[in-house]
Amino acid sequence: MRLAGALTPNPSPVKGRGEPRESRARLSNVEESGDSLHILADVSFSVNPGETVAVVGSSGSGKSTLLGLLAGLDVPSTGSVRVDGEDLFALDEDGRAALRGRCMGFVFQSFQLLPGLTALENVMLPLELAGLADAAARARAHLASVGLADRLGHRPDQLSGGEQQRVALARAFAVSPRILLADEPTGNLDAGTGGQIIDLMFELNRRQGASLVIVTHDPALAARCGRQLRLEAGRLTP
Amino acid sequence: MWLERLPLALRLLLREWRAGEIRVLLLAVALAVASLTAVAFFADRVEGALSREANTLLAADLVLQSDHAIAPEWAAEARRRGLASVDTATFLSMALAAERHLLSGIKAVTPGYPLRGALRTAPALFAADAPATALPQPGRVWVDEQLASGLGVAVGDRLQLGEASFVVAAILTFEGERGGNFMALAPRLLLNMADLPATGLVQEGSRVTHRLLLAGEAGALAEFRAWLQPRLQRGQKLEDVRDARPELREVLDRAQRYLGLAAMLTVLLAAAAAHMALRRYTRRHFDQFALLRCFGGSRRQLLGLYLRQLAGLGIVAGLLGGLLGWMAQGLVAHLLGDALRLGLPPPSPRPLLLAIVAGLSLVLAFSLPPLLRLARVPALRVLRRDLGPPGGGSVLAHLVALAVVGGLLFAQAGDARLGLMVLGGIVATVLAAGLLAQAALRPLPALARRLPAGGGALVLGLRLAASGIRRRGWEATLQAIALSLGLFALLLLTLVRGDLLDSWRDRAAADAPNRFLINIQPEQVDAVRDSLRANGVAGVTLYPMARARLLRIGERAVKAGDYLEERARRLAEREFNLSDLAAPPPDNRIVAGHWWRPGERDAFSVEEGIAETLGIRLGDRLEFDAGGLTLTGTVTSLRKVDWDSFRVNFFVVAPPGALDALPRSHLTSFHLPAERAEALRGLLAAFPNVTVIDVSRVMRELRGLMDRVSLAVQSIFLFSLGTGVLVMLAALYARRDERAREIGIWRTLGASRATLRAALAAEFTLLGLIAGGIAAGAASLSAWLLATRVFELEHAANPGIWLAGLGGGVLLVLVTGLAATRGLLRQPPLAALRAGA
Repeated sequence: MRLAGALTPNPSPVKGRGEPRESRARLSNVEESGDSLHILADVSFSVNPGETVAVVGSSGSGKSTLLGLLAGLDVPSTGSVRVDGEDLFALDEDGRAALRGRCMGFVFQSFQLLPGLTALENVMLPLELAGLADAAARARAHLASVGLADRLGHRPDQLSGGEQQRVALARAFAVSPRILLADEPTGNLDAGTGGQIIDLMFELNRRQGASLVIVTHDPALAARCGRQLRLEAGRLTP
Repeated sequence: MWLERLPLALRLLLREWRAGEIRVLLLAVALAVASLTAVAFFADRVEGALSREANTLLAADLVLQSDHAIAPEWAAEARRRGLASVDTATFLSMALAAERHLLSGIKAVTPGYPLRGALRTAPALFAADAPATALPQPGRVWVDEQLASGLGVAVGDRLQLGEASFVVAAILTFEGERGGNFMALAPRLLLNMADLPATGLVQEGSRVTHRLLLAGEAGALAEFRAWLQPRLQRGQKLEDVRDARPELREVLDRAQRYLGLAAMLTVLLAAAAAHMALRRYTRRHFDQFALLRCFGGSRRQLLGLYLRQLAGLGIVAGLLGGLLGWMAQGLVAHLLGDALRLGLPPPSPRPLLLAIVAGLSLVLAFSLPPLLRLARVPALRVLRRDLGPPGGGSVLAHLVALAVVGGLLFAQAGDARLGLMVLGGIVATVLAAGLLAQAALRPLPALARRLPAGGGALVLGLRLAASGIRRRGWEATLQAIALSLGLFALLLLTLVRGDLLDSWRDRAAADAPNRFLINIQPEQVDAVRDSLRANGVAGVTLYPMARARLLRIGERAVKAGDYLEERARRLAEREFNLSDLAAPPPDNRIVAGHWWRPGERDAFSVEEGIAETLGIRLGDRLEFDAGGLTLTGTVTSLRKVDWDSFRVNFFVVAPPGALDALPRSHLTSFHLPAERAEALRGLLAAFPNVTVIDVSRVMRELRGLMDRVSLAVQSIFLFSLGTGVLVMLAALYARRDERAREIGIWRTLGASRATLRAALAAEFTLLGLIAGGIAAGAASLSAWLLATRVFELEHAANPGIWLAGLGGGVLLVLVTGLAATRGLLRQPPLAALRAGA
């Protein structure tokens, strides 16, 4: 399938999301330690609107931990993370969840589609949770935009790995995020399919103007990003 | 807000249903509710039918008894409320025929009598009888066998009653109302109320017992009872079958308690099934919860969403379960209809309401602890799948769940004592099961390691089973607890059912005494015994009996006015039947003091009930007056007497020879098969003063009632058995996903199916042994407590229960376990690994 041909015009973004006043995300002196173990040490960087950033590093270098902190899924030992101007850790758990709902999208290595739901229902889920009345219409449009207009009623186990990740992309972009966080988005895909997914992700991102933070092992994917951050043993290296 | 999110919750619920995610849960709750309501529906109907059946022995549903004429407005009020009513008047009077006269119990009745059941009459003495379709016409009377033989009259003869003369129209062979105290009964004469004035026997101040018999729909009866109760005057009382027929009360009460017990244990089983299914449901939602948290859902919002979904599910499961329960009980009622001969009344809507409430409360209460656990699943799980919720649970949430089960239990028990005992038994079983299962499971891996290496599939299987149990840790313990509870309920119901059926079998045994001979003079004792022996009735005891009034207890004179209780007042006024015996009657049990030693004089043994009513204590000195002669002695023992055994029994017994100086007669009871009834004719002819009382018909009715109660009890038991199996399935299904992944991994690593099958079999056998052992112990203890404290039954320890517990436990867990994991071994390893990924 030629992905470019499958793309349709960008569906309208979710209303009420104005332009940010500063960088989309900023990590300042973030440290994370486990049991007598430094997972992240003094990590600081910022992500600008529309910027694409790759976080690379070997296994166990702290990439996924960094992504978790950026998403507010975990709390650092010290340091701060600001997303869309808000200090993530000044908020409580539910406040962070609300912020995620407002401005973040996620793509995972293992797709994280709910097995019992159809492609359409999987994409609808975050929209319904946000209380949008036209969740189904938006979800349909976003699935069409990733070339799956004819797969709406299929469940994940009836879709190929590439198709599943496209559903996940449609789901991530359906909420018109300002920042999209992707954890090894091609990790479970073969090179060809992975390439198509990367093309699609960058195309959608270009259209929506979101900032993109991708954690990856894949040098080809990292090379497509505007900036690369290298993590080694929990530290950012130049 | 609640309603705002409802459509989303229902949409998600529907999607989950379609995806098959909630089918197991819905089915478990629906089946649990179905068994619960089937038991409730059936018990409700059986209870109604049994009461109605029992009411035939009262001739009515409710009786107002009065020592003076009953105001006619009351009967009018009853009729206004849609109740049927008839009047009866009973009193003692002499009946005369030719040269003979006999003190008789006269009963005058209005048309429509009896309101429940039927009288039976025979065209001649000892002839075959049939149900009576009408009452004696004016100018005619029916007499019982006792009066006919006493007066020497036959059908067609005339007899005199007061100022009127009557024709004997039939022999009255059965009168349901005439149960209870046979000894106090005089021969019966039944006449039409219209004839009563002509006899001139009922005058101002006559000792007549008036009764207003009522029958009708339960609600109307209850309302009328409530209306009448405050209007009752002294000398008037309202009775239903439980008050009026104590020997039936016990049967009905025990049956009702058993139905309550079965319903309670079914609630417990239903709760256990719902709990296991909900644990599985929430575990399967860890990923979804983390993802929704990732999408911005707040904890509160998501909890609300799940609660709404589960509430919807609870209502659907409740309705479905209610419907299934209704169908199941209908089927059983249909299958047993003929055998039960109960003409079950239609089911009341109450159990359906119970079904919905039960479904909803079971789901909500039991989802609370796992949901609160679910709410602690970190959102980070989307990146790290190994992250689950932190261990431990909310004590409060578990207490809420316990409180709901407790509430449902009490609603089902209908008896606070029973409710408390069963609840105590359950809590004790859960605690014991938890501790014992931990203690038994912990050393397993170490033991398994000692098995010889290279022992083939079985040894490897045992090792795998042991390591599986260790890995599951607390979950394995929980599984053992659920299985123990399931087995506990089944064993307890079996044990109590056994005790109950045994007691009824003894009581209503086909060879239980069905004839009484009274008024045998001392010099006739040997001749009567010989005559009975000649007629095939051997080994009967002829008890001496004297009538005496209690004058003093210690220094205190016994006066009716000193007692508040009606029964005590009556006892203080009447004469007691005393006997002198060398040994206590066979079914008497000494509960305090000692039976007299040889040569001991001036002693009394008193029945414990009457002792309590009159305030007689061990060591008290009693003084009786028997026709002017005084009898004194010290209370040396209190006895428990089984009054409904249909054997001769006495309130007060003295040592042998104590009655020798008093005017006395002898009496006995024995079993005479129906085909030898004729034999009594010769005996009565030889001893005209002796009176025979035939209780065979009443016995037969009672036996029939007990047979049907037994059948009902057994049917209810079957329902509970079904729920028990459901719990096992739910408990074993609970870990199916993990087991699938484990099996996938083992198979990938090269384990053969035979090894894995051996591992599964070993694990289930072990679980079955542990659960069965715990259940047998807990059930034995609970059955003993219930039998002695609640059902008041003789309880014999039953060692077979250990065999049943251990054997049944292994068998049930093994069969249901292998059934629950069937297919997992056939699944290709990759599919299993993917499913668990």
